[in-house]
Amino acid sequence: MEKKLKTPIDDHTRESLIAGEEVLISGYIYTGRDAAHKLMVESIIKGEKLPFNVDQQVIYYVGPTPAKPNQVIGACGPTSSYRMDAFSPTLMKKGLKVMIGKGPRSKEFIEQLKKQKAVYLLAIGGLGAKLSQTVKENKVIAYPHLQSEAVRQLYVEDFPAIVAIDSKGNSVF
Amino acid sequence: MYTIERKTIVETIKDMFIDSAYHLGEDFVNKLKSSQEKESNQLGKSILSKIIENQEIAKNNNIPLCQDTGVAVVMLEIGRELIFDYDLEEAINAGVRRGYMDGYLRKSMVKHPINRINTLDNSPAVIHYEFVAGHQLTIHAAPKGGGSENMSRLKMLTPGEGEQGIIDFVIETVKLAGGKACPPLIVGVGIGGNFEKAALIAKKAIFRKINDQAENEVDQLLEEKLLKEINHLNVGPMGLGGETTALAVKVNSYPCHIASLPVAVNLQCHSARKSEVILDGKKIENSN
Ligand code: SF4
Repeated sequence: MEKKLKTPIDDHTRESLIAGEEVLISGYIYTGRDAAHKLMVESIIKGEKLPFNVDQQVIYYVGPTPAKPNQVIGACGPTSSYRMDAFSPTLMKKGLKVMIGKGPRSKEFIEQLKKQKAVYLLAIGGLGAKLSQTVKENKVIAYPHLQSEAVRQLYVEDFPAIVAIDSKGNSVF
Repeated sequence: MYTIERKTIVETIKDMFIDSAYHLGEDFVNKLKSSQEKESNQLGKSILSKIIENQEIAKNNNIPLCQDTGVAVVMLEIGRELIFDYDLEEAINAGVRRGYMDGYLRKSMVKHPINRINTLDNSPAVIHYEFVAGHQLTIHAAPKGGGSENMSRLKMLTPGEGEQGIIDFVIETVKLAGGKACPPLIVGVGIGGNFEKAALIAKKAIFRKINDQAENEVDQLLEEKLLKEINHLNVGPMGLGGETTALAVKVNSYPCHIASLPVAVNLQCHSARKSEVILDGKKIENSN
């Protein structure tokens, strides 16, 4: 059975996750992919405020299709995570604890993840339609000019994922 | 002589992209279902059932199967008796624009590979033309996702490396792609021709029907051998292990130079969206 997780995920629950476990996530999560990561890390370097406080939060790497008038969100499956490897360590140092995407991560990423006791979850690539059904709220909170790459706050219910790299660095890859 | 009106082209292309972004072909879905039943890796099996469920949700609720609605790839087989008194390429791009706007598909094209400013309507398409006998126009259209395209590769082998060299290169490509190309895959292999021909026939290979066979025996045997070896790699659905790494391998070949053995591998992810339409030309009055 899948383990149910409520965001923000407390330290104890997060550290007890084991690579390979299937989970269902409920609560607020934030979206960001290539362009938003670049902007957020630039803000940190310049000492500016981030569009949301990443401490203890969850970031999901996604650029959804546009929502139709009667939909909360369009298709919203994960994008490949390796392109975020250069940025994630800086965000983890600011307290980011959970990242969701697809595919493997770099050595440097895993080193920082262990240090921060963060976790990396895998969403199944190409499940755009199914995952859209778990999103109950969708609000653009930063960088609207980035279109599908804008930062959004999503409220999800039972979003399915797999623990890909746990807080000890064990990996399914 | 015969012709097809511009507005028919625009409408057809628009509908093809919307339709293929929301539905997978029936044969392909059946293939997914039979491999889900056979898969012995529990996580792999669970992923395959979610992929099957995803296409049902997409179909029933008109939601794109995947958020990456890709580069618009269009392959045309133009009957030689057809004439077009307008810019066919412009008509296709108008259809692409309409499809991506009206279908709420994601716009993923940037104007220049370095400046990277979005074109905001997913045009232009990548278009290939070919002439055939008759007065029909066959259109193949596919929104091709970036994840699997990025893991595709081409290599100029030496003739001495032969069939084993081809096999090794294909296997290496599938291994390197791992979960990044969103397996289970259709593996398109192009051998022979020259640098660009190999890539084009590899791309054409992924447009082939999921249950067909290569035209000649050498390629048929290679397809069988490759499929077996790929499914022994334990890459599995989304790269997490299992025997369902590829649902099919399609090999296309072409004559080549005595000094060359080009091989191209184009990977297609499980969101194998494509559409085919045949349009009949209308006879032009006073023509012969
Ligand atoms: S590789 Fe295919 S299934 Fe995976 S995200 Fe890209 S388009 Fe979707």
